[in-house]
Amino acid sequence: MKVDCDISVRHLTRVEGHGNIRIRIEDGELKEALWEVVETPRFFEAMLVGKRWDNAPWICGRICGICSIGHTLASIRGVENAFGIIPSRQTARLRLLLKHMETLQSHVLHLFFLAAPDFLGEASVLPLIRSRPEVVALAAGLKGLANDLCDEVGGRRMHPTRTVVGGFTMLPDRRRLADFRPRLLEAAEGLRQAAAIFKGFCLPDFVRETEFVSLKGEGEYPFIGGSLISSDGVTRPETDYRLMTNEYLVLQSTSKWSKLSRDSFAVGALARVNNNFRLLRPEAQELAREFGLAPVCHNPYLNNIAQLVECLHVTGDAIRLLDELLGSAWEPPRLEVTPRAGRGVGAVEVPRGILYHGYEFDEVGRIVSCDCVIPTSQNHANIQHDLTALARQSARQGLGDREIERLAEMLVRAYDPCISCSVH
Amino acid sequence: MPDSSLTPKNYLGVPVERPKVAFFELSSCEGCQLQILNNESSLLAFLDLIEIVRFREAMSGGGDDYEIALVEGSVTRPDEVERLKLIRAQARLLVALGSCACFGGVNQLKNRFPLDWVKREVYGEHPIETAPARPLADFVAVDLKIYGCPIKKEEVERIVTDLVIGKEIVYPDYPVCMECKANGNLCLFELGEPCLGPVTRAGCDAWCPNSRAGCWGCRGPATEANLAQMLAIMDERGFSRETVIDRLECFGGFASQVAALRAAGGHR
Ligand code: SF4
Ligand code: SF4
Ligand code: SF4
Ligand SMILES: [Fe+2]
Repeated sequence: MKVDCDISVRHLTRVEGHGNIRIRIEDGELKEALWEVVETPRFFEAMLVGKRWDNAPWICGRICGICSIGHTLASIRGVENAFGIIPSRQTARLRLLLKHMETLQSHVLHLFFLAAPDFLGEASVLPLIRSRPEVVALAAGLKGLANDLCDEVGGRRMHPTRTVVGGFTMLPDRRRLADFRPRLLEAAEGLRQAAAIFKGFCLPDFVRETEFVSLKGEGEYPFIGGSLISSDGVTRPETDYRLMTNEYLVLQSTSKWSKLSRDSFAVGALARVNNNFRLLRPEAQELAREFGLAPVCHNPYLNNIAQLVECLHVTGDAIRLLDELLGSAWEPPRLEVTPRAGRGVGAVEVPRGILYHGYEFDEVGRIVSCDCVIPTSQNHANIQHDLTALARQSARQGLGDREIERLAEMLVRAYDPCISCSVH
Repeated sequence: MPDSSLTPKNYLGVPVERPKVAFFELSSCEGCQLQILNNESSLLAFLDLIEIVRFREAMSGGGDDYEIALVEGSVTRPDEVERLKLIRAQARLLVALGSCACFGGVNQLKNRFPLDWVKREVYGEHPIETAPARPLADFVAVDLKIYGCPIKKEEVERIVTDLVIGKEIVYPDYPVCMECKANGNLCLFELGEPCLGPVTRAGCDAWCPNSRAGCWGCRGPATEANLAQMLAIMDERGFSRETVIDRLECFGGFASQVAALRAAGGHR
């Protein structure tokens, strides 16, 4: 059967920010498939110019409400690298713990509140409160734990207060920190139940060969700093991030686009899992295999599963960090900061993929220029190419409007896009 | 001020009429909306109190039959003015949610520069539409403001609950210092850090000073803000006018004070 289809989704729901999907198929032939980003830019890179270094993490964290911790940490790393500051081991551990809990809370928010309703045929998580209370309670429990631990380490779950250049303004309370251990163990259990629920979901069968970009792990599954790698074999130092992202402008989007070895590439949980599979904790690797997720996986819908796998990884790793922190005496929370002229880059794996902040400072530490490259902006071109391929495949299969629309929306949601962040 | 026709007939034991609530976002980080989803422990009870008819970040579909509109973000493009006016026409009560909506938020920092330079700095010669970042009240009547970057979820829940049960909404008019002292914190000035607690409206329970981080004034000026006195403290402690201005201008709540300081001191 030759299909005709005309889909126009304005301001796609259950994603962060504003994007539109348009698909037009005439007589079985794809005429148009468009992923449009209409978000208003806020111009963070301009507003920072002339401000002193200490403004950067505080203001740049406000690029995104969901990954404010990641932005704050990338910004701090950029400033520290420019000033030649190497954080203490204690600071590095606390930052990673904080980062892990942001990953957990963001992934759980996406998996249960934004993505799961599609698999369960609901418009939102609200009907599930009545129909599947156990699922909602599980998600709320996981998210609550992650948020509470973010409060304890970062001072606040969103737009953290304690994270500063040089370290932390204040350290967590040891006793309260210890109280998180049983909750983390329980969360690992909860994630296995979550996995059982997700096994009941039917993930669309769609594959398009893709280049994946992430941090390159050296002995540890990477989250904060290090060199950059692509699944097509490109590796570069952190400071060369611009050669890895190659931002350019297109008319269909207020966000910039990126490319590397091909027309587009992908970042995010699936990219990290694909590029660093062996460095995942054993239980996380096993969970991935249970879902048939093995590197290199080219089904973008599996990003959902990659997020689930990372949830289990970060929960286990958080327990390790907690034990290490509690096993050593507190050192001073923060180092002295001496500004100097120069450039610095901070690359951090935030929930939606690799994030870069680059700054240039004058000799008193005022910002001369600022550049932020956001995971979702790196993904936009890939979403567009996936959408085209998906629409073409759907036309061939003779699917109806409703089904194509559902698959297209789920595709975009699988990337967990953070659109306002991508425009910044 | 709150529309009394929203007040339900009964309360306590008798189901309260659930007002229809819609969430909207203009230019923002969507953090204020997220704060509402972020309160796992009381979220479900809160959701019992209101009927959410539109929350794009969390649900598909969405009606236009709302009574209360919670609008996050500042206005930075002409199409946002149009959206805002439509929301105003529909809502009985329009609430500005967070500092972006109340004061322009961090977004208004770009207003320090000529718009052409701002566009070129980020987009080069590529065409892009933007206007100076403005608070909602510059375009429509705002019934209620919920301050903060981010908003404090407990405060939102309290305000919305008060609205639903028809209680008068009261904000603290005293500064953050009062809450900070009540919490028994060591003053940051004693630790050698600057803090805008003396002039900023309370209500956040001294969120930042509780973590030994100075206040940046995200909630705007307290009714009884004594700026001159705070400037004297800053001078005495050796904090530059630049440091003070950086903080005062960060969220837009002190726009007139910053303009006066700049005019007086010739600061950038
Ligand atoms: S006020 Fe702050 S937290 Fe709220 S939307 Fe604006 S930037 Fe985000
Ligand atoms: S730390 Fe800030 S808020 Fe607290 S008492 Fe001192 S000046 Fe006031
Ligand atoms: S302490 Fe100041 S900056 Fe921090 S939340 Fe309160 S008002 Fe905002
Ligand atoms: Fe950017």
